Amino acid sequence: MTHVLKIEDLHVAVGDKEILRGVNLTINHGETHALMGPNGSGKSTLGLAIMGHPGYEVTGGAITLDGRDVLAMEPDERARAGIFMAFQRPMAIPGVKMADFLRHATTNVRRPERKEGEELIPMREFRKELKEKMEHLRMDSEFARRYVNDGFSGGEMKRAEILQLAMLQPKFAVLDETDSGLDADAVRLASESIADIGHQKMGLLIITHHDKLLEHNPPDFTHVMLGGRLVETGGKELADELHRHGYDRIRKAYPEAEAANQEMLAEESAAV
Amino acid sequence: MSTDAPAKPEIGEINKYNFRTETKGIFKAKKGVNREVVNQISDIKGEPDWMREFRLRSLEIFESKPMPKWGGAIDINFQDIYYYLKPTASQGKTWDDVPQEIKDTFDKLGIPEAEKKFLAGVKAQFESEVVYGSLEEELAKKGVIFTDTDTAVREHPELLREYFGTVIPPEDNKFAALNSAVWSGGSFIYVPKGVTIDFPLQAYFRINAESMGQFERTLILVDEGANVHYVEGCTAPMYTTESLHSAVVEVVVKRNARCRYTTIQNWANNIYNLVTKRAYAYGDATMEWVDGNLGSKLTMKYPAVHMMEPGARGEILSIAFASAGQHQDAGAKLVHEAPNTTGQIISKSISNKGGRSSYRGLVSVMPGATNAKNNVVCDALILDSESRSDTYPYIEISEQDVQIGHEASVSRIGEEQMFYLLSRGLTEQEASTMIVNGFIEPLVKELPMEYAIEMNRLIQLQMEGSVG
Ligand SMILES: Nc1ncnc2c1ncn2[C@@H]1O[C@H](COP(=O)(O)OP(=O)(O)OP(=O)(O)O)[C@@H](O)[C@H]1O
Ligand SMILES: [Mg+2]
Repeated sequence: MTHVLKIEDLHVAVGDKEILRGVNLTINHGETHALMGPNGSGKSTLGLAIMGHPGYEVTGGAITLDGRDVLAMEPDERARAGIFMAFQRPMAIPGVKMADFLRHATTNVRRPERKEGEELIPMREFRKELKEKMEHLRMDSEFARRYVNDGFSGGEMKRAEILQLAMLQPKFAVLDETDSGLDADAVRLASESIADIGHQKMGLLIITHHDKLLEHNPPDFTHVMLGGRLVETGGKELADELHRHGYDRIRKAYPEAEAANQEMLAEESAAV
Repeated sequence: MSTDAPAKPEIGEINKYNFRTETKGIFKAKKGVNREVVNQISDIKGEPDWMREFRLRSLEIFESKPMPKWGGAIDINFQDIYYYLKPTASQGKTWDDVPQEIKDTFDKLGIPEAEKKFLAGVKAQFESEVVYGSLEEELAKKGVIFTDTDTAVREHPELLREYFGTVIPPEDNKFAALNSAVWSGGSFIYVPKGVTIDFPLQAYFRINAESMGQFERTLILVDEGANVHYVEGCTAPMYTTESLHSAVVEVVVKRNARCRYTTIQNWANNIYNLVTKRAYAYGDATMEWVDGNLGSKLTMKYPAVHMMEPGARGEILSIAFASAGQHQDAGAKLVHEAPNTTGQIISKSISNKGGRSSYRGLVSVMPGATNAKNNVVCDALILDSESRSDTYPYIEISEQDVQIGHEASVSRIGEEQMFYLLSRGLTEQEASTMIVNGFIEPLVKELPMEYAIEMNRLIQLQMEGSVG
């Protein structure tokens, strides 16, 4: 059976600000979907709502994984059910070593039935696997002893997110600008690694403003978000068009969504 | 009694403190404290007159002193406590001499394991007197003295008479006076000039008699250029009636010498833990207190370093964890008495399930202590809205040319941090425990390995049931 992540008429608000206004999206396991759209259109919000961020309130619609109600699950249950998100801005956890954090995470995700306090993956086995994956990502082994995202450079943070993707092997992954803040070499390395780890092996939802990542992970579908809705869906050629020509055509074609987007941006700057 | 070899205890087993071994006390002094009880203690120990007089004088001071007006609420009936209990007729010389029931307790504490491994200096205090201890030959060869303080009074009278009660005189405070009157057990260490001990000397002890005060007395003398790390860890069984632990620790660090004193204490919830710890650091000497306080009903503890001569350094690292029904009033005291002295305090406190932690610190720069440098950092983490944290920093400066820094922060576990960990499959409990362990990591990494592991496990125990 192929796994399916299904999003139906999803509405999401932060406080009393409505951000997503009816998103529909179905991702089958093994498919790659590109999610594009101008700044502030709601791409990260969709990812965070899928992952269950408590600040993003689902006010309508449904998310299911193989028919199971994802919205009824806590974020940790979602992770254990096989959902992952590489964050645009990962959080620092001072004093917690990458290796300890990853060993807990990997154990829980691989053994969803594990009770608290039960044994973790054996240290030796875990270290060996982590070492291999880190070498593959050309990460220094010292990295495992650093504190989670604490004082990481932008590039290190993104690479650490990819390392987590590699260790956790989810069924579905949202990658939120995992290619941003990287130099040209690092973008290529990240793109290749993601292709290696996830392309056609997971359901991928790739949020990006650049073309490199999609070159290595050619999308089966490209979706354009504007004003909190997916206004257009196409194939890889749509992504190419947007990279080349930007969002002018889209903005003109969907004036209502464009107005909603402007409104959100205006609220944002009013809030600042 | 079973003769089976006990299951190999792990160091972490020390944490499981709610067991209790029946004690056949050979002698128990009467409840309460008065001249008769103090004389009796001195008689049984066969002490020289100077110590008996010191005890009796301290008793008078104790009786005349008021209770401290700061810190936490203390509700103790001093006449309802046993001040002395002698568990065995004589001090155990070898492991074979130690009674089985005491061995059973030690097994649960991991002592035999420690013994097997080399920890030469393990001094285990059972009840109020050291019953078992072994000194490694190596130490003896270097001229190091590591013994219980009772033995030291008999065998090293010249050192004891010169230093005992000089760093913390009985006049210092009511509880120091009480300890001075009824003290029993504790460690005496003398490290000769230029001698470095390259493994930590350790002591384990625990309280195991109901309503039974534990008044150990420790004196450490580190001679010029010498270096020692002393570690005490202890756990206490759970009891329902009030219990008092009031220790006095005096340390003298001579020129160019270095001493680190590490404590991890996890007391049962009904214990008052009122401890006075102070060190004198002389020219270019370094004194470090690493102090971890968990459990107890009320802990009041402010390790102090007096920097007596130029170039002396004092450093205090303090971790306090206050959970339900607990008040940790912990802190530090640094007194700059000479020029070019440097002091640092780093304090981390955690309050959980309605617990209360307070940082109480004093930084004092005396007249003449020019170019003193001092830096204080205290961070508090509050885990829920019922819990509380306060900071009471006192600064007294009598010199112009000094550098004093003070930073304080209070934080809660951030929603974003929590979400990040949950999104990776950690449960709320695991995530918050991880964040708390991360919070104290900069101090925990200063601990010897087995204590660092124990500390993390203690935190885990304290965090159980704290969410959801
Ligand atoms: N936590 C929040 N609090 C307030 N407003 C928010 C929050 N998260 C998102 N928003 C608002 O929702 C809108 C969509 O934000 P989102 O981060 O989802 O956009 P995006 O498409 O990912 O943009 P970008 O390409 O810049 O990353 C923006 O107007 C933003 O300000
Ligand atoms: Mg975004």
